[in-house]
Amino acid sequence: MSANPASKSTGRYSVFAIAREAMRLHSGWKRAWASPEPKKKYQVVIVGAGGHGLATAYYLGKNFGITDIAIIEKGWLGGGNTGRNTTIIRSNYLQDPSAAIYDKALKLYENLSQDLNYNVMFSPRGLLMLAQTEHEVRGYKRTVYANQLQNVSTEWVTPERIKKMLPIINIDGPRYPVLGGLYQERGGTARHDAVAWGYARACSAMGMHIIQNCEMTGIETESGRVRAVNTGKGRIECDKLALVVAGHSSVLAEKAGFRLPIESMALQALVSEPIKPCCDLVIMANTVHGYLSQSDKGEMVIGGGTDGFNNYSQRGSWQHVEETIRALIETFPMLSRLKMLRQWGGIVDMTGDRSPILSTTPVENIFVNCGWGTGGFKAIPGSGWAMAELVAKGQPGPLAADFGLNRFREGRFIDESVAAGVAH
Amino acid sequence: MLTLTCPCCGIRAEETELAPGGEAHLKRFGPGASDEDFESYLFARKNPKGVHFERWRHAYGCGKWFLAARCTATLEVFGTYKAQNPHPTPEIVAAIRAKRPDWTPDWTETSPAESLTE
Repeated sequence: MSANPASKSTGRYSVFAIAREAMRLHSGWKRAWASPEPKKKYQVVIVGAGGHGLATAYYLGKNFGITDIAIIEKGWLGGGNTGRNTTIIRSNYLQDPSAAIYDKALKLYENLSQDLNYNVMFSPRGLLMLAQTEHEVRGYKRTVYANQLQNVSTEWVTPERIKKMLPIINIDGPRYPVLGGLYQERGGTARHDAVAWGYARACSAMGMHIIQNCEMTGIETESGRVRAVNTGKGRIECDKLALVVAGHSSVLAEKAGFRLPIESMALQALVSEPIKPCCDLVIMANTVHGYLSQSDKGEMVIGGGTDGFNNYSQRGSWQHVEETIRALIETFPMLSRLKMLRQWGGIVDMTGDRSPILSTTPVENIFVNCGWGTGGFKAIPGSGWAMAELVAKGQPGPLAADFGLNRFREGRFIDESVAAGVAH
Repeated sequence: MLTLTCPCCGIRAEETELAPGGEAHLKRFGPGASDEDFESYLFARKNPKGVHFERWRHAYGCGKWFLAARCTATLEVFGTYKAQNPHPTPEIVAAIRAKRPDWTPDWTETSPAESLTE
């Protein structure tokens, strides 16, 4: 494949393109991606045009030369969890399979803007996970050692250094004093919409069809294989079907006739009014269930823990917002003076071990990519990379091998629920 | 905010008083069960978009476990009933049917003697 597939039809974005368009009142920009009507048949149908679905399509094209792909989306592109998360990117996981796939994702993020010719505003500003109990101190030190063995560079930092790195923090408690932190210098954030848009543009340029407002209503199977999917825009035949939909994974799996070890729950986030730059790190405080970063616009972006019960409504419970803010104010007293502008919720697909599922299924040519729970955004490129290999070859490659559905039956959990606390 | 009436003490409790306990009416499989049964008991959840039956505990109230029928798509509550019922009670089924005419129970009714509806 050419270095940049987007160059064929949509025009390459560059400083020269900006200069050229500036001279002609920006009349020459083309649509970033096409909106075609679906064909009768595709080699691969991917359900879900969020980050993971689009990345799967992109790497199927880029790494395996498969471009006869339709990506169908119930709502609008990137309108689910891809557009609802707090954009944190990190790879400081405890277990080896997690570190491998998340670090692959981080490495791809580092070069993603160049790769896609689309500015995803990746900002490796550094990520700090605060240890506020003795238990966390031990847990994070263990993670630092594990990361050293995994070639993922992280370090343990002292409270004094944290105070220097982040003057707005209160390290003295009283309830949860900061006892240290797990610091990953390469971690950071990216612009979540741009990640979806960039992948969409590159996929469209390769000739793939992104079909929005097209809900999958049923799956036609024949002797253990999927033949076609029924959608709001008619029947579409496919050789292979990939379900990459996060919150609604169980609903789609039911249509295909199997169950997933997943529960869908609401996770909320909120942003404050914009203020001057005061926080150039991503901070996660897992004991108190809160995480915090400052967007380029100056808003403090805040996330909390999930609700405890099944929910598909994309609305969370008020008291979780209150709990998150209450907890963060103790560590960041200046937050108490801020007005909160917006609050929203997304539906996350939680697995028992808080690790994702990239797997073959009981139906021979259906593949699932789900279960990213509260931490899917950071994994998008790595997840797409591994999923593309799974779909193309029909069996998982090294990155996805440990994330199969059979791990639940066999008791081979990739237990990040203890390591990551709650927040991802 | 979710509000459930505890069928044990009768108090209308709001969400902060309650602790969610996951899917209700799971059939327990233990030693001697097949791998499939044990796996599905432990992990495979219905996770439906729509009518769902759940375990809740009135944690900051009477402390008792009870069951609730809820819609996960609209957050509507159809009713609560005691945890000893092997299946949702006829009243609950009627309440759900009134609002969701298309809905059908996915269990087979056992003999009345087995039910503990009092």
